[in-house]
Amino acid sequence: MPSPRSLFDKVWETHSVRELPDGQTQLFIGLHLVHEVTSPQAFAMLEEMKLGVRYPQRTFATIDHIIPTDSQLRPLADDLAEEMMVALERNCREHDITLFDSASGRQGVVHVIGPELGLTQPAMTVACGDSHTSTHGAFGAIAFGIGTSQVRDVLATQCLAMEKPKLRRIEVSGKLEGGVYAKDVILHIIRQLGVKGGVGFAYEYAGPVIEAMTMEERLTVCNMSIEGGARVGYINPDEVAFDYLRGREYAPTGEAWDTAVDWWRSMASEPGAPCDDLVTIAGENIPPTVTWGIHPGQSAGVNEPIPNLSDVPDADRPAFAEALEFMGFRPGQPIAGTKIDVAFIGSCTNGRISDLREAARVAKTGKVADGVRTLVVPGSQSVAREAEAEGLDQVFRAAGFDWREPGCSMCLAMNPDKLQGREVSASSSNRNFKGRQGSPTGRTLLMSPAMVAAAALRGEVTDVREVL
Amino acid sequence: MASIVERVEGRACVLRGSDIDTDRIIPARFLRCVTFDGLGEHAFEDDREQAKGDHPLDDERFAGASILVVGENFGCGSSREHAPQSLQRFGFQAFVGASFAEIFAGNCTALGLPCITLEPNDLEALMDSVTLDPSQQVVVDLVARNLTYKGGSLPAGVRDGTRKALLEGTWNATRVLLEAGDSIDTRAATIPYVAGFGAA
Ligand code: SF4
Repeated sequence: MPSPRSLFDKVWETHSVRELPDGQTQLFIGLHLVHEVTSPQAFAMLEEMKLGVRYPQRTFATIDHIIPTDSQLRPLADDLAEEMMVALERNCREHDITLFDSASGRQGVVHVIGPELGLTQPAMTVACGDSHTSTHGAFGAIAFGIGTSQVRDVLATQCLAMEKPKLRRIEVSGKLEGGVYAKDVILHIIRQLGVKGGVGFAYEYAGPVIEAMTMEERLTVCNMSIEGGARVGYINPDEVAFDYLRGREYAPTGEAWDTAVDWWRSMASEPGAPCDDLVTIAGENIPPTVTWGIHPGQSAGVNEPIPNLSDVPDADRPAFAEALEFMGFRPGQPIAGTKIDVAFIGSCTNGRISDLREAARVAKTGKVADGVRTLVVPGSQSVAREAEAEGLDQVFRAAGFDWREPGCSMCLAMNPDKLQGREVSASSSNRNFKGRQGSPTGRTLLMSPAMVAAAALRGEVTDVREVL
Repeated sequence: MASIVERVEGRACVLRGSDIDTDRIIPARFLRCVTFDGLGEHAFEDDREQAKGDHPLDDERFAGASILVVGENFGCGSSREHAPQSLQRFGFQAFVGASFAEIFAGNCTALGLPCITLEPNDLEALMDSVTLDPSQQVVVDLVARNLTYKGGSLPAGVRDGTRKALLEGTWNATRVLLEAGDSIDTRAATIPYVAGFGAA
C-alpha cells in the first residue's frame, strides 16, 4: 500500500517543474490573477527585460482596489486611479490578457470573481499579487499571495520559485451554534493560534464544521489564512465544491467535467495523510467574535470583556498596551455596547451573496441608527445583480443602508470610501490595522456581516443573536 | 544577472514593536501609483505623523542608517512590494529582527535585501547597544551567517535558499526560472487541467 498523501503534497508534486539550485521548487502556476495595484510595475519590469507573457490564456485581470463605489464612470475623478486603470487596460491589451472591467459585467474583487467565474478549480496552483489569494484554497487549490517582482516572474515564466511550507491541519470539531458564522470561525482560529502562528505553514482546514460549510463560507475561512500568518490555506475538494463549480463559465463541460471530477477527487488528502502539526478546535466553543485591537488576533467573544493586562502573556503586553491606547479602550471593558460611526459590509472576506443575504435578514428587523454611516458593497457585479434580483438592495435601502457599486471599497480605502478622523467602524473585512480604513487614526472592529448589520441598527456592537 | 549580496555594512536604526504591518510601513493611499519611484519619503508616514517627530525614522541619530532593526513578525499583512520598496528607497539595505512575515521576506529577497533573524536575547542586546550608540558600525555578513556590532558577533538566522540566492546573485528569480526552458511547457502539458481534461 502506498502511504497516504495530503492534497498539498500531491498538488506540489504535480506542479513542480524542477528543484532550483538554491533548494527552492520551481512551481508551475495554473491560474494567475492580476489587479491594478500590484501589476503595473511588474509589466514595466517585463518590458525592461524584453520579455513577454508566457501563458496569457492562464492570466486574468480585473479592477477592484481603486474603483469608486458611487459610480464606475470614466474617467475616474481621481487622476492617479485613472492612470492605474489605463495602465492595466494597456498592459492587458498588449499582452492578450482577458480583463474583466466594468463593461464586461464580470468586474469585482479579484478573489470574488475567480471562484464565481469557475476560474478557480480544485488542485490548481493559483497566484495573485495580493495576500488574500489564500481565499482560492477553499476549492482545494494551493493559492499564494505574491509580491510585484513575483508577479513579473509568473508573467514571464508562469512559474514561481517557492520554498515548500510545512503543513498544519486544523480540525474544527462538533458544530456551530446559531448566529455563529464562518467569519467567527476564522477569527477564533486566529485568536487561538496568533497572527504569526501560521508563518512557515500551509493550513489545511478540516473537521465536521468545515465539511458542513457552503462554498462561500469556506471562502471566508481560507481568505483570512494570511491574517493568521499562513500564506496558504485550503480545504479538501468534495461534492460541495463540485456542485458549486458545475455550469460556471470557465468550469469544464461534458466529458471533460467527469474527467475533472475524478481527478479532483483523487487529489484530496487521503485519510491518515501526514501533516507536521495538528490542532483541534471545538466548534461549540466559538462565539460571535469581534476584534478590539489593531491586529486580527486581538479579538473577543461579543459577550466577553476586552482582556485585562494580567490575562495577557508578557511578550504580548507592549502590543496590548499599544492597541488599547490606539483604540481608546480600557482593559476589562465589555466590547458589546461600543458605539460605532460607520458600518461596512463587503470585501473579499464577506462580500458574497450569502453574506449580503445574512446581513439583509438583520437589516429587515429595523432601521440604521441615527448618525451611523453605512456602506453595503457587493463583491462583484455578478453578486450585485443577484442581490438586486432578490430585492436585497431594496431591503438595505429601506432600512437606511447605502447600497454601492462593487469593489474593495473601505476594506483598504484606496478609493474615496474612507473613515474620517477617529471614527469607529464595524467592518466585515479582514484587517483592523492602524490606518487600514483610510484615516490614520480611524478604528476598525472586525466581525461577521450579520454582526455589522446588527451594529448598524443599534449604533453599537451588538450580539447578533439578540436581533435575529 | 542580479548583483551578489554578501554583506551589508553601516549604521542601524532601531524600530521596536511586533506585528508591524504593511499598512503602517506604507499606507494604502500611496499605492495609487504605476511606479515605485518616490515611495521612500512616505515610509511609515502615518506613524511618523502621529509620533510628531518622535519616530525612529525621524531620529537624527539614526539618519543615514542602512540596517533596520525590528521586532517580531515584521511586515505582516498585505503582499504589497511597495513596503520593502519604500524602505529600500528610504535607504535600508538589510533588515534584522526576531521574525518576518513570509511574503514580506520573499519580497525583500526579490529586491536583494536580506532579512536576518537573531535570538531574542541577542536582538535585545543589539537594540540596546544601537540605541545607546547609534554611530557604531553594524555588519550583516551572509557568508559567515553572523551580525557584528560593538558588543561582538551574533549568529544570524537566514533561510538557506535565500542566502544562496543572495550570495550567488540569483535573487531576481525570473532569469533563473527561464533557464528551465521548454521543461516548463513539458510539465504544464502533464497537468490535467492545463491539457483541458482530455477535451479538445
Ligand atoms: S477586498 Fe480588501 S483584502 Fe480583499 S482584495 Fe480588496 S483590498 Fe484586499
